[in-house]
Amino acid sequence: MSHLAGNVCRMGDILIRGNALEKKFGDFVAVDRIDFEVHEGESFGFLGPNGAGKTSTMRMIGAVSPITSGSLSVLGLDPTTDGPRLRSRLGVVPQENNLDEELTVEDNLLMYGRYFDLDRATIRERIDELLDFVQLEDKRDSRVSALSGGMKRRAVIARGLINDPDVYILDEPTTGLDPQARHVLWDRLYRLKQRGVTLIITTHYMDEAEQLCDRLVVMDKGAIVAEGSPKALIETYTPKDVVELRFAVGVLEEVAPQIEELSDRSEILADRALVYTDDAEKTIHTVGQRGLEPETVLARRSTLEDVFLRLTGRSLIE
Amino acid sequence: MTTTPLSLRVFEAEARIYRRTWRSSVFSSFLSPILYLLAMGLGLGALIDANLPDGLDGVRYLEFLAPGLLVATAMQTGAGEGSWKVMAGIKWQQTWKARIATPIGTRGLLQGHMLWSSFRVLMVSVIFAIVITAFRVGPVLESLLAVGPALLVGIAMASLTTAFTTHLEEPTGLPLYFRFVVIPMFLFSGAFFPIEELPNWTQPIAFVMPMYHGVEMARGIVLGLEPAVAPWVSIAYLTALTVIGMALAMRPMRKRLTP
Repeated sequence: MSHLAGNVCRMGDILIRGNALEKKFGDFVAVDRIDFEVHEGESFGFLGPNGAGKTSTMRMIGAVSPITSGSLSVLGLDPTTDGPRLRSRLGVVPQENNLDEELTVEDNLLMYGRYFDLDRATIRERIDELLDFVQLEDKRDSRVSALSGGMKRRAVIARGLINDPDVYILDEPTTGLDPQARHVLWDRLYRLKQRGVTLIITTHYMDEAEQLCDRLVVMDKGAIVAEGSPKALIETYTPKDVVELRFAVGVLEEVAPQIEELSDRSEILADRALVYTDDAEKTIHTVGQRGLEPETVLARRSTLEDVFLRLTGRSLIE
Repeated sequence: MTTTPLSLRVFEAEARIYRRTWRSSVFSSFLSPILYLLAMGLGLGALIDANLPDGLDGVRYLEFLAPGLLVATAMQTGAGEGSWKVMAGIKWQQTWKARIATPIGTRGLLQGHMLWSSFRVLMVSVIFAIVITAFRVGPVLESLLAVGPALLVGIAMASLTTAFTTHLEEPTGLPLYFRFVVIPMFLFSGAFFPIEELPNWTQPIAFVMPMYHGVEMARGIVLGLEPAVAPWVSIAYLTALTVIGMALAMRPMRKRLTP
């Protein structure tokens, strides 16, 4: 699906590179001199809470937001001077479903394709393919305003692929969707990834990042605080298991000191305690031995959520 | 390989949208001015003609009114294209944000928007001119030629209104704009009565209003009169307003679409 016209490009070449990339709005630093590289065929994620600077970074990559300082190269082009040429090779799924609500799904795609100056025959061919791909074939002639949130999102996903982009940029692709709609989308994005399309995804869902990203950077307050594959990040920053303990109302504060003795690292949250351990069974056993009586005990694998908590002391979704 | 100019790609998109939504604009574009023509031209006109044996500017009131209403319709169409639609593109539906993520870019988007707005004004003006000739209230060729000044006014208004709308953070400014700018201009630009009937101190205000210049030129063409302002001054003024409006719209558009 992906091709690099005019460029001799080996698999894994660097397609996007940011150096000391900064974005300021007045005095506010949205992106704080970050460095990152995205390779061809890779699925790369920006994980962080709202306001971490993910969208600002994406918009700079998409050549719709001028950089404040540092440097940024996308597909070998400079977004500042080569905006139109660069945008013609990118696919974008913005946070909002900014489709034309009064038009049909097909008309939306056709219109969007024409912005790229593709000829109608090519566009029609791609519309057939893409509607099939996002499973909206039966909604081709429906007005967008009549579609569900999940369907609109799929229409936006299809729209972003109309120009057969070299890099596909998705800003929070599944935010606000119900679990079923999210899984349908993940499946579609996973297929794209398998076809070798270079994906860039921002998300504040750790499960989304774990499902889709080969490599990701964790962002907080405009800065990159960690970088690696989801697996490597979890291995580096947190023991492999977590034991979650919930106590009756008011008890958690009392037993907090005892919980903290259970392991090298634990987090006392508002509603529960997280105890990080390499051996969940042993930890649960110790909980009983020490006379702690939690209402529920849950042992689970560490996730990127735990990595984020470890790195920033805060939850991803607050 | 030849490439389609960016503004034409936007124009094509607007045409596609219009094909689906034209029904909702029929009333304001065509029916409403025809109702004005009937109510004022025939109804009120009968009273006026009875009191003015020599007519207004030497003609029946309906004939005096027709070229003015043509320009008024163009003016309102231009204001309409530059207001709700721009607000929807930037804020409500954010479809303009989808466009600038493509090769279109801000400048191409603005030019395409203006191209389409001009076409809408042209379309509405031509149809109104045909209606006038069908009512036999104006000579055919001259009525069609009067589309020229109407077009200039409509384009200038589309441009100025777009500039105004892109500066608005909230849409609440738009109803105020129509109440305090568009409607007064509609009423006091000489379409319904000669502005000489108004107190002297108001005359310079009329001179500033783009519609006044269009009404003078259109009536001049249709009734074979000498306009109060030299046509080249009016043409230069309306062209300048168009250029200024587009220049003023660029900065807020960049700020809001590509922050």
